[in-house]
Amino acid sequence: MSSGRASFRDRLFASDHVAGWLFVSPAVVLIGLFGVAPIVWALIISFQNNSLITSGTWVGLANYRHLLHDPMFTASVRRTIVYTLLFVPITLFGALAVAMALNRRLHGIRFYRTAVFAPVVTSTVATAIMFSWLLDPYFGIVNVVLNKLGVASQGFFQNPGQALYCIVLVTVWGWLGFAVVIYLAALQGIPRELLEAAEIDGATRWRAFWRVQFPLLGPTTLFLVVWLTINSLQLFDEIYVITRGGPLASTTVVVYYLFQQAFAFFQAGYATAIAYVVFLAILALTVVQLLIGRKLVHYRS
Amino acid sequence: MSEAAIRPEDLTTARRWTPSPWHLVLIPLALVMLFPFFWLVVTSLQTLTQSRTFGLHFALQFHNYVDAWTQAPFGRWLANTTIVSVTVVISNLVFCSLAGYALARMRFFGSGALFLVILATLMVPFQVVMVPTLLIVRGLGLVDTLPALMAPNLVTPFGVFLLRQFFKTMPVEIEEAARIDGAGRLGTLVKVVIPSMRAPLATVGIMTLLWTWNDFLWPLIAIQSEKNFTLQLGLMTFQGAHTINWPLVMAGTVTTQIPMLVIFIVAQRWFVQSLATQGLKG
Repeated sequence: MSSGRASFRDRLFASDHVAGWLFVSPAVVLIGLFGVAPIVWALIISFQNNSLITSGTWVGLANYRHLLHDPMFTASVRRTIVYTLLFVPITLFGALAVAMALNRRLHGIRFYRTAVFAPVVTSTVATAIMFSWLLDPYFGIVNVVLNKLGVASQGFFQNPGQALYCIVLVTVWGWLGFAVVIYLAALQGIPRELLEAAEIDGATRWRAFWRVQFPLLGPTTLFLVVWLTINSLQLFDEIYVITRGGPLASTTVVVYYLFQQAFAFFQAGYATAIAYVVFLAILALTVVQLLIGRKLVHYRS
Repeated sequence: MSEAAIRPEDLTTARRWTPSPWHLVLIPLALVMLFPFFWLVVTSLQTLTQSRTFGLHFALQFHNYVDAWTQAPFGRWLANTTIVSVTVVISNLVFCSLAGYALARMRFFGSGALFLVILATLMVPFQVVMVPTLLIVRGLGLVDTLPALMAPNLVTPFGVFLLRQFFKTMPVEIEEAARIDGAGRLGTLVKVVIPSMRAPLATVGIMTLLWTWNDFLWPLIAIQSEKNFTLQLGLMTFQGAHTINWPLVMAGTVTTQIPMLVIFIVAQRWFVQSLATQGLKG
């Protein structure tokens, strides 16, 4: 009997059941508390009238129903879509062009690369402040130069017709380097022989790029489209620091709107319902992008 | 595919200046990317009046820096940010290694389900969980303290996932040799596996550092007292308090960005490699 129990204990410890759970236990506790629990709790809060201060009262689907009839929410979604449709293609094709230019041996190439990468490590807050100053309507350098060229001063972040486009500019500057790094790594994985073969076949550089290199970059492009889209739907920092959603709510994108609802108007239930809808939209969009991508992208083995 | 963006030969070749038309493209590009930094530094060295009259005033007066540091506790904010970031990075390296290794190499009850749960949390954006996370942190009595900034990030699903993927690609033979020699699971991990995982660990460390150091939304929600601000939160309020005095704001901005920029320039190769790895594995 006793030998049987000992062998059971031996087997238990020799197998990985105990060691495995010991290894993952810190991660399980912390991810459980700050990863899983908030996801479930957020779903509950989205069915509540919750002011962050007192415990919430159950209101069923009222928050989600309210969403459908909230013109401010609809407008914020529209702005987010406009922003995303500008930000993602500009960053993507800008980064592709820059990566092509940087993918060569050249004197000073390290300097050029550093220049392109440096904004990636600059915080969003600092980036936002720098551009607020560059685009300051009264004393900013951009307006000074425009005036010298005979163009009238622009309002930029203070003009409801321009503010969102200026935000696009700021975030493209901040994200370009990230996309360039990813493209450069992928470009360097393409064997030179492939390009040389295409050129021997008489293809022009331009054709060789679109026919040979660009298809080979397919998986990278797909990853970047998904990644940039996810991040652009979550745009917040630059809006908070530069415009606070203004002027005239022209830069109130959806995450800024839900932040306002939660922490300025204390409608945490409503805010969380919005967040869940955004999350489901991101999820659906990602699935669609991956499905389309699978049709278009050929993975090399 | 998994090589870094900068190949070693790129750094050693092209010693001599060879004229190339590409410089005509790359020099303007570099100027556009660097101009905001250049103008930031130039403005920080100007007086308020100089900043409002066009012309390059390279006044080289450091008054704004002295003023910025006496008017706001940038030193304290730097210390806060460092304490939070270092704690979060170390904690991620230790706990994500343990969990990632177990998920890659051990078969234990519920491991498959656990991995799926971690993958699911990886996909949820922070905005969804920010309200309940605040309530949990408040329930633990941590609101407006530095631990509030650390706790939700001590173990990131990203770190566990990334390291698990790397452990999976490692050959098992060395570990088996160590196991046969009598090393336990932990001994194998620490003595055999970790030393050959420097690149992926650097990736987790650098990405975690970058996120924590530059994070804005969570400190904005979790912290109220000025003494517990991070650099980014402090910089934002500093700008809000001195909106018209741009040279002063610029001096503050320069001081808050220098630490990360210096680390980046010194360890650029590792940063680039980390970003590229994230792209390939993420």
